[in-house]
Amino acid sequence: MKIDWFTVIAQILNFVILVWLLKRFLYKPILNAIDAREKKINAQLADAENKKLEAKLEHDEFIRKNETFDAEKQQLMQNVIDETKTERERLLKEARIDADALKTKHAEALSEMQNNLVEEYKQHMEQEVFSISKKTLIDLASVDLESKIAETFIKQLEKLNESEKNNFVQSFKSDSKPMIVQSAFNLSPEFQHKIKKTVDEILGTDTDFEFKVEPDLIAGIEMTANGYKLAWSISEYLDSLKKTIAEKTDEIRKTATKKVKDANK
Amino acid sequence: MKLSPDETVFWEYGFINLNLTIVTTWAIMLVLAIVSWWITRNLKKDIQISRWQSLLEIIVITINNQIEEIGISKPAKYIGFIGTLFLFIATANLFVIFPWYQAPTGSISTTAALALCVFFAVPFFGISEKGIQDYLKSYVQPTIIMLPFNLIGEVSRTLALAIRLFGNIMSGGIIVAILLSVAPLLFPIIMNAIGLLTGMVQAYIFSILATVYIAAAVKNTKSMKT
Repeated sequence: MKIDWFTVIAQILNFVILVWLLKRFLYKPILNAIDAREKKINAQLADAENKKLEAKLEHDEFIRKNETFDAEKQQLMQNVIDETKTERERLLKEARIDADALKTKHAEALSEMQNNLVEEYKQHMEQEVFSISKKTLIDLASVDLESKIAETFIKQLEKLNESEKNNFVQSFKSDSKPMIVQSAFNLSPEFQHKIKKTVDEILGTDTDFEFKVEPDLIAGIEMTANGYKLAWSISEYLDSLKKTIAEKTDEIRKTATKKVKDANK
Repeated sequence: MKLSPDETVFWEYGFINLNLTIVTTWAIMLVLAIVSWWITRNLKKDIQISRWQSLLEIIVITINNQIEEIGISKPAKYIGFIGTLFLFIATANLFVIFPWYQAPTGSISTTAALALCVFFAVPFFGISEKGIQDYLKSYVQPTIIMLPFNLIGEVSRTLALAIRLFGNIMSGGIIVAILLSVAPLLFPIIMNAIGLLTGMVQAYIFSILATVYIAAAVKNTKSMKT
């Protein structure tokens, strides 16, 4: 076992050649490939990182936009709600005003109608009452009634108090015309005489009388002298009744109107 | 019985001779070069690569990382030398699986040649890295008294490298040969397997030691101080 120096030298050469060969065919290409791949991977990673960053930016942008959009939407919705509320209130107010106006108008119309109705009824009733009374009295009118009326008239004359008598005397004295006595029926001479006598007693003079028949009086006597009128007739009572009825119906109407107004409130 | 493949000589002309060691070395060189060329002829730089490329990359990267771990910051510069040391020794030892094969590493001429390569490579790399002055200074560190010891160490470790590898591989071969004559069934196989393991370990040790020597030579003294 000895060292063969030629072999040593040859092996050194061989080794150097092998180093060169492997460098040429193994290490360099492999390391280059690894480097290239690493570069590529790094580039890809960097690219991915960039993309990630971009994506993040876009994502952020998207979120920001979304938030802005939401806020705007909210604002718009709020505006719309507010406007709707205002509009609703306005419309309601208008409607209320309109309704009130309509109600008032309606009430007025109702009241008017009522008034008209009441008026109509009143007139109708008056007419009815009058016609009934008139008819009754006309039917009843007779000499007996005439005499009763004449008696009543004479009694009234007699019952006149002092101031009335004075008025009567004063108005008669200023006039020279004959005393006009109107009656629904022709007065009998007896009653004509009785009236004449009573008036003469009051006046203390002999007076001219003129007796007239006036069917409009219905049932009664009327004595006129220079504007002064002394009368008794059923139409006076009827007038009085008419007045009372008018007052009553007015009252009823007023109450009804008031009730309608209260109801509208 | 031939202890070394050096003894099998095919052709001789004076000092020059063509023995089994050289021929086997050529064969190994050829195999390594062809395999490397074949695999790297169309390397892909994509993320998807072939399995063979992947295998080679694993080998190269592992060697690279080993060099880096020992403390060399730029392994690409040294991978040619250290990687080839490892691959050559490992391949030479791996081929014992072939019958009638005699590993060239079982010849002291080869191991001496490799050790000499390391012996010369250490100052070569040291000087190229630090400059001749700084490199030579490292022999008188920490004091000038250490100079002879440093020089002796330099020589002795080279000797040790050569003898260690040669001894291990040669002994493995001899043990198998002896066992073949004593117990030719099964035992040689086991010993061959153990020899294979030893061969790989020796390849590793040789290249790691070479790396350590180179690392010590190229280490920056300034950075060491800080």
